[in-house]
Amino acid sequence: MQLSERERTRRLIQGARPALEVQNLNHSYGRKAALSDVSFTIEPGRFTALLGPNGAGKTTLFGLLTRLLALQTGRIRIEGVEITAGAAALAPLGLVFQQPTLDLDLSVRQNLTYFAALRGLSRAEAKARIADELTRLDMAERAREPVRALNGGHRRRVELARALLHQPSILLLDEPTVGLDVEARGRICRHVHALARERGIAVLWSTHLIDEVWPDDDLVVLGAGAVLAKGRAGDIVAETGADDLAGAFTRLTGVETAGAPTLNAREGMA
Amino acid sequence: MSAYVRAGLGIVHRELLRFVQQRGRFIAALVRPLVWLIVFAAGFRAVLGVAIQPPYQTYITYDVYIVPGLIGMIQLFNGMQSSLSMVYDREMGSMRVLMTTPLPRAFLLSAKLMAGVIVSIVQVYAFLAIAALFGITFRWEGYVAVFPALVLSGMMLGAVGMFLSSTVRQLENFAGVMNFVIFPSFFLSSALYPLWRMRESSVILWQISSANPFTHAVELVRFALYGQADWMAAGIVAAVLAVFLALGLWGYDPSKSLRLRGRGAD
Repeated sequence: MQLSERERTRRLIQGARPALEVQNLNHSYGRKAALSDVSFTIEPGRFTALLGPNGAGKTTLFGLLTRLLALQTGRIRIEGVEITAGAAALAPLGLVFQQPTLDLDLSVRQNLTYFAALRGLSRAEAKARIADELTRLDMAERAREPVRALNGGHRRRVELARALLHQPSILLLDEPTVGLDVEARGRICRHVHALARERGIAVLWSTHLIDEVWPDDDLVVLGAGAVLAKGRAGDIVAETGADDLAGAFTRLTGVETAGAPTLNAREGMA
Repeated sequence: MSAYVRAGLGIVHRELLRFVQQRGRFIAALVRPLVWLIVFAAGFRAVLGVAIQPPYQTYITYDVYIVPGLIGMIQLFNGMQSSLSMVYDREMGSMRVLMTTPLPRAFLLSAKLMAGVIVSIVQVYAFLAIAALFGITFRWEGYVAVFPALVLSGMMLGAVGMFLSSTVRQLENFAGVMNFVIFPSFFLSSALYPLWRMRESSVILWQISSANPFTHAVELVRFALYGQADWMAAGIVAAVLAVFLALGLWGYDPSKSLRLRGRGAD
């Protein structure tokens, strides 16, 4: 694996510090507990899957990690900075939300230019990076089109390009493949795995689809608001004594795996 | 250029792009006051005489009287439109992108508010240009002096809208709220008739109208158009702006946890 000069320097400075640390997180809506004592870390250059059935607390966790929800108890540190320190703590994050967040009436480029301005990029930097990211995702030809004209898979690619514009060191994706067909899911999943591997980005990928988890990925299994298992995906399968991740998931959560069409078995663990 | 300036300009640019692309909104924003100016004012001109009162130094016709009120109308509708756009952005998710920008939330929301005000000022000057074609003109100092008044009154009306948008969960509910705000604000104010006229018919309505912040926004604009400052109106508008801005920021505080609750949070 060839790391860029920038990435090598960043890792030297960071040392062994995790990219993201979550400690003893609890969150409730009134009397209803959504998260109970959730702790895990994600490391630079690693793809960490946050796997849990619907209602496990994944979106609440994303709300807390992005400051859309206020922390009740527990700690979150982003590259060593407490999330309660202020909005600036979010600077290293690239985000893809479960819900589409593009402005449908604006073009792809206008959407990305707006985001680049929010992240303080100069006009020249923004132009160059937008061209780069769209080219990487095979969307350069669509830059002038209104987002409304794109299909779901292409919109997701634009959201991913947007999340990478400011060169984040951590990428958080909340169920980014919801509503996409198998081909589009596979493409995005492979691209994000490659981002972790090649650019050294720490990825937290939330999903309820087990075939998006690869054997070498780090895995956090969430069920009913609590962490049920964490470690390498392959190790978790072995520890539960199941034949595959689907079996391990069912043993851990008591929930049968989702019946979505599966990705290429060479990559996923289904 | 600092991150704040770039982000602020980005927010304003996006709002202007959205405005330009919604031509229907621009046309509606101009047609509404022009209908009042050309149709209603012509009809009422014969019925309503306007006595000499500050800032006027002579008798004026009714169409001249209602121009500041119609400017207020443009800003009132625009303030509500901006807040509708905030509810829309929240429903469509783009508010999340704004709220997760690593800059203070108060700055981001204020910038969004200011962007809406700039859009409203573009509309007001377009309206003043058309009014001039119908012979309603002001001295050039008036066109300059009205700018800061428009910023202040636009911010106040936008802040009211922002607070309302923070309390309304769904787009569908917002139309009702707008009706409850826009119509009483507009009709119970000095926009269409001088307050002394209203006092003659109902003291209670006069008292309500005198207390209506929209009345003070209209008077601020009216005096500014004649190159004068109505400091009391400016003070009241600024105070109401401060209160509703604080309420709006409180409404968008994540500790209220309203943004995710009931919207797919698991």
